[in-house]
Amino acid sequence: MAREDTYLQIRGHLAELSDEQLEARFWELAQQVVDPLVELARTHTSPSIERSVLMRMGVDSPTCMAVVGACGKRGLLGHGAGHILLHCSTTWGCPAPEAARRLAAGEGWDTVAQKWGGAA
Amino acid sequence: MSDMAPRPAGGAMPPLDPDEKIDIAKLLEGIADYRPRRKGWHWREQLPDQKLHKFVYKETSKGLTNSIPLPAAHYFGDIDPQPDCVVTSEIASGRFEDDIRRMRMAAWHGADHIMVIRTAGQSHMAGLLEGTPEGVGGIAVTRKQVRATRKALDLIEDEVGRPINFHSYVSGVAGAEMAVMFAEEGVNGAHQDPQYNVLYRNINMYRSFVDAAVAKHVMASVRMAQIDGAHNANATAVEAWNVMPELLVQHAINSAYSVAVGMPKEDICLSTVPPDAAPAPCMRMDLPYAVALRDLFGDYKMRAQENTRYMEADSRDATVSHVMNLVISRLTSADVQSTITPDEGRNVPWHYNNVAAVNTAKQSLVGMDGLREMVKLDREAPELKAKVREIKERAVLFFEAMLREGGYFAAVEEAYFVDSGIYPETHDDGIARKGDGGVAAGSIVERAADYLAPVCHHFGLNHLPEGYGDAAGEGGAAADAAAGEAAAAAAALAHKPCDLIGGCTLCDAEKVPFIDELDPEDNVNVRLAQTAELREKGLIKPEVQWAADGWVVVTMFLPAAPRVAELAALELGKAMNLQACEVINKQVMHPAEGTLIELKGRLDAVVDPADLTIPPEPVVMSDAEIKAFVSEKKLKCVAATVGEDEHSVGMREIIDIKHGGLEKWGFACEYLGTSVPVEKVLDAALEHAAQIVLISTIISHGDMHRDNMQKLADLAVEKGVRDKLLLISGGTQVTDELARGWGMDAGFGRGAKGIGVASFVVTTMRERGM
Repeated sequence: MAREDTYLQIRGHLAELSDEQLEARFWELAQQVVDPLVELARTHTSPSIERSVLMRMGVDSPTCMAVVGACGKRGLLGHGAGHILLHCSTTWGCPAPEAARRLAAGEGWDTVAQKWGGAA
Repeated sequence: MSDMAPRPAGGAMPPLDPDEKIDIAKLLEGIADYRPRRKGWHWREQLPDQKLHKFVYKETSKGLTNSIPLPAAHYFGDIDPQPDCVVTSEIASGRFEDDIRRMRMAAWHGADHIMVIRTAGQSHMAGLLEGTPEGVGGIAVTRKQVRATRKALDLIEDEVGRPINFHSYVSGVAGAEMAVMFAEEGVNGAHQDPQYNVLYRNINMYRSFVDAAVAKHVMASVRMAQIDGAHNANATAVEAWNVMPELLVQHAINSAYSVAVGMPKEDICLSTVPPDAAPAPCMRMDLPYAVALRDLFGDYKMRAQENTRYMEADSRDATVSHVMNLVISRLTSADVQSTITPDEGRNVPWHYNNVAAVNTAKQSLVGMDGLREMVKLDREAPELKAKVREIKERAVLFFEAMLREGGYFAAVEEAYFVDSGIYPETHDDGIARKGDGGVAAGSIVERAADYLAPVCHHFGLNHLPEGYGDAAGEGGAAADAAAGEAAAAAAALAHKPCDLIGGCTLCDAEKVPFIDELDPEDNVNVRLAQTAELREKGLIKPEVQWAADGWVVVTMFLPAAPRVAELAALELGKAMNLQACEVINKQVMHPAEGTLIELKGRLDAVVDPADLTIPPEPVVMSDAEIKAFVSEKKLKCVAATVGEDEHSVGMREIIDIKHGGLEKWGFACEYLGTSVPVEKVLDAALEHAAQIVLISTIISHGDMHRDNMQKLADLAVEKGVRDKLLLISGGTQVTDELARGWGMDAGFGRGAKGIGVASFVVTTMRERGM
C-alpha cells in the first residue's frame, strides 16, 4: 500500500534524543530484529550446512550431495549428516570419506536404520 | 591467521619473470597438491608522512617492487605512490585462465583485492561445481579454479611485492559449502549477506539466514573479510536516492547478525555506494548519507563502491561519476576502495578497462592525498547536519515498523525492502517474498536432541561429548553458553570437535579432497588447445577478454544524425574487414552535424613478430662522451616552437638543464620562444653560428607540423646552409620517419628525452664529419 511521506508526523518521539541516544536506539532495534534470526539458525540445519559438515570430514562434493540427499529422504538430517557418517565410520572401522562413499553407493544404510530408524 | 601446520606447497613454480607471460599449463601442474600459504585478509601497511620524490604523502602505504606508475610519473621521478586503502578490481570474463593474466595486469597498476564474479545461475545450484567449465559473465566458482587462481596470485603478489586479497561470493543455496571451500583454499574475502539471497536471488528467507550463520562462522575462523550486499538496493531501486534509510537498516541487520554468530567487527566491511549521479546534484545528496553511515558504523570497515545505477555506455561519463565517488571516499573514509570498469555499462569488462578503473582510483586517491587536513566537512552546515539526522531517524522509524510488523521475515513479506519511496514514504514497489516461497523453501530442519557435527568451527547447537568443543570465545560456543547448553565452553577444553574423526579439513589440509575435471569437453585443457598454436609460435592477435578473441574498437566521428551514423558505421566496419560489428556507444555531437561512434568488431588477423622489421632503439651515449664532444665542437643550438603555437613545455624538457636537457652536457641553447616564424629560426641559427636547429610543432591541424618542417628544410637549402645544420623537430604527433620524410634529419615524438637528442647529434655529426 502506497503511503505519503509521514516522517514529520511520526518522528516526534525521536526529536528529543541526542545523536548518541538516537544511534544507541538504532543498534538496540537492530539487535531486536536480529536476535530471533540467530536463534532460528542456532537450532536449525539445512542440506547445505550438512554438506559443509561432510566436506570438513574430508568428503568430496558429489559424495556430500549423495549422502545428504539420502539422509534428507530418510528424514535424518536433524541428527546431523556428520553424526550419521561418524557412526558408520566408527562401526565399520574405516575413515569418514570411505564410509561416505559406501553410503553414497546405497550400501550400509542398515547400520543407520538400527540406530535412528528409517529405511535401510 | 592460519594455525595449519607448515606444509610445502605442491606444484611450486619459479618466480614470475616480468618479461615472460604467465604459463597457465605450468600453473596447473601439481595443482592437486597445492595448498594456500596463508589465510585471512591483508590490509596495506600505512606509512604516514611518507617521502617520495620531492613530496610528503599523508595517506599512502608501502610501495611496490614492480608496478606501472601513472602516465605523468616520469615528471615526478617515476614514483608510484600507493594509497592507504585496499583497491579492488572485479574480474569476470568467464574463463579463469584469461582472468589470471588480467589479475596480473591489475596488480601491476595497484589492485590488491581481486574479486572474482560468479557465472550466472550458480547461486541456485545446490552443492559445489567441480572442474573448469566456462561461465557466463563470470566463472563457475570451483575448487580447481579457486586453487589455480590463488596459486597464480601467490606468484603475482611476489612479483609486485604486496599481498593480494582474493575474493568471491558465499551466497546462494550452497553458501555453507562455499564458505568451507573458501576457508580451505585460502580465499581472503567474500560477499556474504543473507538479505541478498532473499531479495535478489529469491532464495527462501529462512534457509538464507540459517545457512548464513554457519557460513559466516566458518569465514570468521580464517579471518576472511566479509562484504555485505546492501549496495544492490541502489542498483535496483527506481529512485536510488530514496533508498538511503533502508540501506542503513540492511547494513545493520547483516552486521549485527554477523557479530552475533562470531565474526569480529573489524572483518566486516559495509558495501556502500554513493547512490546518485550527475546531472542530479549528486555529491550534495550523497554526502549526508556517507556521513550518517560512518557515524553509525564506526567500528566497522567501509568498502566504498562506485555507482553503477546511472552508468551508461560512455566511459568518460562513467569515469567522471567515479571520480566524484572517490572525492566522497576521501572526504569521509574508505578502507577498501572498489572500482567499476568504465565499460561495464556496455559489455562484460575488458582487460584494459580493469586497469583503467584501478588507475582512476589510484590517481584520484593519490591526487587528493591529505586533502582532508585542509578541506573538512562542515558538520554544522545546516543542510548537512539536518540531512544526516533525518536519514538516521528515518532508519530508526524503519526498524520500529519492522518490529511492530513482527520482525524481519514479516517485513519482507510486506515488501519493506527496495521500495522507491523514502521511508516512511512507500511507493508500494518494494520486493516481497513469502516465508514458504522461493528457491529451497521448506528445506530447513530443526536440530534434534542428539544433533552432532564432529568438525571445527560449526555454528549452533552441537551435542559434542563432554570435553570437546571449539576454543572458548568463539561466537558459536558463546551463543551456546548463553543458552546454557555448553557450560564447558568457557572452561579449558581438552579436545577439538574434530578429534572425534582424527582431524577435519580446517585443521589438516591433507584431508582436503580434490576433483580435477568432471566434463571432458568443457574444461581448461580443451580451451587452451584451441589457442596453443598462437601461444607456442608467439603470434599476436588482439584480445579484450579471452586469448585471441580478436575484438577491437574503432572510434569514429561521422557527420550524420545518430541513426544514420550507426548504420554507416557498421558498413565502415565491414570495409575495415571487421567481423560481427556492433556499435557499443554513440554520442550526438549535434543532431545534424554529426555523431561520435565507438564500433566494436572482430579482427581475424594474426601477426608473427618474426616477420616484423623492428628498428633498434636509439643508442644512448655516456654523459662523459657527449660532454667531451660538445666541448670540443663548441656546439650551439637554436630552439623554438614554430607556427602559431604556444606550447613550450616539450621544448623546455629537451633543452633545460633542470629537466636533464641539452644544457646538461654543455650545449649552448638559444630559446627563441613560441609562435616563432620558421624564417626567424633559421636567421637566428645563422646569426649565432649554431650547428643545430630544434623546432617544436605540437599543433598538427591541417598538417601544420608538416608544412613547417618542409619550409625549414627548403629555406636552409635556399640559403645554402642545409649541410652545415642538423634540423631536428619534435612534438606529440611527430615520428622520426615522418620528420625525415619532410626534410628533417630526425624527429622526436612523445616521451623523447634530452639524452636521446644529444646522442643523435653526436652520432650524426661524427658520421657526417661535421
